[in-house]
Amino acid sequence: MIATPESSQYELRPKRLADGSVQGDLLEVSMGPQHPSTHGVFRMDVVLDGERVVKLKPVFGYLHRNHEKIGENTTYLGSMPYTDRLDYFCSLTNNWAYALAVEKLAGLQPPERAEYIRVIAAELTRLQNHISLVGFLLQDMGAMGTPLMYAFREREKILDLFESLTGARMMCNYMRFGGCRCDLPPGWLEQARQVADEFPRFLDEFEALLSENEILLSRTQGVGVLSRELAVNASITGPMLRASGVNYDIRKVDKYGIYDRFSFRVPLGEHGDVYDRYMVRILEMRESLKILQAALREIPEGLILDPKAKLRGFRPKPGEVYGRIEAPKGELGFYLISDGSPKPYRYRVRPPSFINLTILEDLCLGHHVADVVIILGSVDIVMGEVDR
Amino acid sequence: MSAPLLGQGIIKGLVETARNFIGSYVNKDRLVTVQYPEERLPQQEAARNFPFLVYDGDDSQKGLRCVACLICEKECPPQCIYIVKDTVRKPDATGKLQFQPKVFDIDTSVCMSCQVCVEVCPFDAIKMDVEYELSTGDRFGSLLLRKAQLAKANQYYHKIHPAEAAEVDARLGAEKARAEAKAKAAAAAKPAAGAKPV
Repeated sequence: MIATPESSQYELRPKRLADGSVQGDLLEVSMGPQHPSTHGVFRMDVVLDGERVVKLKPVFGYLHRNHEKIGENTTYLGSMPYTDRLDYFCSLTNNWAYALAVEKLAGLQPPERAEYIRVIAAELTRLQNHISLVGFLLQDMGAMGTPLMYAFREREKILDLFESLTGARMMCNYMRFGGCRCDLPPGWLEQARQVADEFPRFLDEFEALLSENEILLSRTQGVGVLSRELAVNASITGPMLRASGVNYDIRKVDKYGIYDRFSFRVPLGEHGDVYDRYMVRILEMRESLKILQAALREIPEGLILDPKAKLRGFRPKPGEVYGRIEAPKGELGFYLISDGSPKPYRYRVRPPSFINLTILEDLCLGHHVADVVIILGSVDIVMGEVDR
Repeated sequence: MSAPLLGQGIIKGLVETARNFIGSYVNKDRLVTVQYPEERLPQQEAARNFPFLVYDGDDSQKGLRCVACLICEKECPPQCIYIVKDTVRKPDATGKLQFQPKVFDIDTSVCMSCQVCVEVCPFDAIKMDVEYELSTGDRFGSLLLRKAQLAKANQYYHKIHPAEAAEVDARLGAEKARAEAKAKAAAAAKPAAGAKPV
């Protein structure tokens, strides 16, 4: 196709290919980090040939705040509020992944009720993450305001549930090793049931709004195709992997928590383009609602914290562990090494959106610069997690 | 898939927008905005913002439940608490001699509202406030809250977290009763068992 520049200094003059044809000027454009479509402080060095992308270099690190090093210097409990700030859209799933890793390390078992609360919290998180992602994606596509505002209207209901449960809308800091911090407030289950019952109506509405829109179809179909092989080789996870047709959902594979008790399907895409990634998320929300409704129906009474769990002076035995869950963006894992002291010897996060971002150049090559924005939107990144 | 008529999807979407627009005049569900400074949503019981110190009785400094055990300072993940322990014991609200903090500062520009200090406090002395209109004119001094600004009455705690405060009071009352019974039973034994801070 088009010759990529050999050196890092892109030549800004007509380029002659081997067959003698002259290419247009290559232009290096720095997209971001303040651009609203870059979802945070993310910068791309894009080399353009006219409107086409020839080379793309993601530049990140603007939001780096030493998450892993801080994790090695605070107690196990002290890292829990920091995990909220990884993927600040889904703090409850981050809490769960970290709690799961520490529970494996310390041999704690959350009681039944806590497991149900965790599933409810995680599925609500998934709903609000996907709905806001879809809203942002459509906003990037030029559907200014409307879908995003509708999405945020629904997200607000879920955030209200989070606030009355955990005290905070986004920085929940709710889960503890061996259970959850506090029990459900009175009347919370009824509110949650009401939200879960009303959500499908909203999804129908949202799909009527845009899923069949011709502009949307022509903007998204066949754009940013991620092949099955590349997705697997680049260890892409989450909805992005499933949009490429790979059936891999950690809720099914690991059956962590109590996910083996719920019946749900894993929606798969066919083509791996932006449209499939959009559609997989919409369908995943419908499956999440099934889990949510079942969990809200079956939640038992009982303890919410393992009686063996200790808040202060928590020292797990020496060992290493990797705990992972299916976060809304993909596989979120925490790798911990304990040396028997109150602080982890090593604390490592496997952030899904960082790894999903690594193939951005492969998705964007040859597409228009306007498509770069929606391809990036469909990857679903949160810079808090990418830069850590 | 073949679209029967080009533009049908767009029209369908516009119908949805129109339904939302007209619905916002008649349906409460579709008009969710709150006119903020005039109109406010009720505060949630669990809401939390920055910590404050609870005192019993009337004197906001003498009555502090805090005994300067430094646990919260040690456990605070962003290290925003600074405590200097007093060198002499002073009588608290019940007249019992206790160590008290000479200095107790919380830097709210560093605090991340995680509630870890509240959870680790064995004396129920530090709790979460719900005040949220906290903007100040400068970046440093006014965001650093001193002991006098942090001290708030137990009645205030009851006002913002009624259920939680009632539970705490019941627990403290039971503990006190138990301690008194124990002290009475072992009147000759060494006094003030369990007063040793960790």
